[in-house]
Amino acid sequence: MTNLSSAVERLGGVYLLPLLLSTLAFALIGSPSTWMTLTIAGLAMGMMIFLMASGLSLIFGLMDVLNFGHPAFVSFGAFIAASVLAALASWVSGDSAVMNIVALMAAIAAATAFGAVAGWFFERVIVKPVYKDHLRQILITMGALIVAEQLLLVIWGGVPIQVARPAILTGSVIVGDVSIEVYRIFAFLLGLVVFVAMYAVLNRTRVGLLVRAGVENREMVEALGFRIDRLFIGVFMAGSALAAMGGAMWAGYQSLITASLGSELMILVFIVVIIGGLGSIQGSLLGAILVGLMANYIAFLFPKMALASNMLLMMAILLWRPFGLKPAVK
Amino acid sequence: MSGTHAMTDIATPARRLTTGRLVVYGAALAIALGLFLAPFLFPDVRAQEAAARICVFIVLVASYDLLIGYTGIVSFAHTMFFGLGAYGTAIALKTMGPGWDAIALGGASGVVAALVLAVLIGLLSLRVKAIFFAMVTLAAASVMMVLASQLSDFTGGEDGMTYTVPRLFSPAFKLMTDADGKVLKLFGVSMNGKIAAYYFVFLSCFVLFVAMMRIVASPLGTVLEAIRENEMRAEAIGYRVVAYRTAIFVIAAVIAALAGVVRAVWLKYTGPDVALAFHIMIDILLMVVIGGMGTLYGAIIGVAIMSLAQFYLKDLMAIAADATSSVPLVPDLLDPDRWLLWLGVIFILLVYFFPAGIAGTLLGKGGHK
Repeated sequence: MTNLSSAVERLGGVYLLPLLLSTLAFALIGSPSTWMTLTIAGLAMGMMIFLMASGLSLIFGLMDVLNFGHPAFVSFGAFIAASVLAALASWVSGDSAVMNIVALMAAIAAATAFGAVAGWFFERVIVKPVYKDHLRQILITMGALIVAEQLLLVIWGGVPIQVARPAILTGSVIVGDVSIEVYRIFAFLLGLVVFVAMYAVLNRTRVGLLVRAGVENREMVEALGFRIDRLFIGVFMAGSALAAMGGAMWAGYQSLITASLGSELMILVFIVVIIGGLGSIQGSLLGAILVGLMANYIAFLFPKMALASNMLLMMAILLWRPFGLKPAVK
Repeated sequence: MSGTHAMTDIATPARRLTTGRLVVYGAALAIALGLFLAPFLFPDVRAQEAAARICVFIVLVASYDLLIGYTGIVSFAHTMFFGLGAYGTAIALKTMGPGWDAIALGGASGVVAALVLAVLIGLLSLRVKAIFFAMVTLAAASVMMVLASQLSDFTGGEDGMTYTVPRLFSPAFKLMTDADGKVLKLFGVSMNGKIAAYYFVFLSCFVLFVAMMRIVASPLGTVLEAIRENEMRAEAIGYRVVAYRTAIFVIAAVIAALAGVVRAVWLKYTGPDVALAFHIMIDILLMVVIGGMGTLYGAIIGVAIMSLAQFYLKDLMAIAADATSSVPLVPDLLDPDRWLLWLGVIFILLVYFFPAGIAGTLLGKGGHK
């Protein structure tokens, strides 16, 4: 038994779970092409959720602050991206691939930049006065979420907004007998790039070292003379920017967005953070992939169970590992 | 038991009757009296509707205060339990027809469902950090919301369901008759089934509220406050924190479910909007914080103020929006539909500056530091 568990640990431990899940789903689904399509959809969705969840997880890990207002950045990101794409409609629908990409990049950049600025404001005004007081943190950030959602309604109105998807990302490529939507490939690649970048920053740079040290033991880092509060603003801004980027990607994926988008995604994001364990981006990635795959497989196999399935997954994992799969903070 | 008496004796000097105390007790008493006499004081239908809603919400908010104020647990699943009670009753009344057996069976199954779910959630996640718990309950509540709208064969989906209640509560029922066999009028109010229904709501809520007062005054209540103040120390003294937390979570869930039963019987309609929607949870949060966490009287005051505010804030905003219609953007911000925006702002300011709420500030309870 111990031999077996150490062998599993050597092979990757809990990182094998998505593999296990997809193998199980393959057996249940039967058709390889359907399975492939679902798996790719799940991976793409997982990557977008990872963008939203990683920031939340890091913010919590570093400063013990749980931001219930995080989904507000997601919805603002989505709506800003939609507006930019609408403003650049001729570029978006044009044949020129360069113009397509410029418009898309502009939309994502606008959302991300907004996320960073709004994150700075949010941290200074909303969160800072209630450091180290969980109860008031939850209440205040929840209040901020309500206000932000109402502001969305004031600015963009209550009707759902159609999101234009750049021409280059529409349609799908066909590999064998599997058709893959281009947008999903793009979403997956973008998520992967962000993950690799985050991983590199956290593990290969001095700032990353400090962030990891701060997650591990904040007082010690402070005692060594580092200004951890400045570090924290940086992480908060980056996390909010990532959330907005995830929102922008989600807007293109859904192609029809409403003001309640943020609070709908909030549940998935929370489940990911809980499954993954607070404070680690590897955990967030793992959780996001699991949730994405699960959502797509179950939606195909047992449509009525879609949301409940992720809930059950979370319950099962909490029973097995009360702190999540790969927690950085205990 | 004697131990607790000793504790209250020690606490007595602090329990002097200050002006703040008098104001809070007076206000709570006035509101309670107002609710007791509501059918006679405000005979029109809308006011009675509002009074019944206030009664139910006082219980709901007070039971939530047991968690957030007395024990320091943040749960977002309180409407879920409320909804379970309401839906249990509604489904039974719909399928079994209007009878007391339906209310008893449906209500009981709703309450039991709430109890089981609360035990499960509590044992699973109360051992971890407060923040984890908040997230888990939020996820559970939203799953319940989706289930209620998807299982439309049972729950009526988004439309909810209407049903009839026992004859005693129908407006056509003659509760008291005069010599001619007509409905007796007392102080100009007909003694019909509507009165019976209102007093059913009032008395059930009153009993539940008194039960909660008893709980917080009991040794259990003292332990809970100890856990809130210093979890480690409570554990070190020898109290099993997880067991106590789970116990109060279950108690609060059961009381919320009972409030749901009462609401379903009064309203003769149950749907996501009145029993399960997330905005009810936000209402409860606002009411607890405005009234004052950690004081059950705060629940009474918070509910009364919020209900009045919801009523008048919209009117006020409509006036303001009209007055500023020439300015860009401002009327949009002041649109009556955006009242939640301003309530949210007020909520944030309150949490900053008066974390103890109205009753807490007046009673001189520090609440949370």
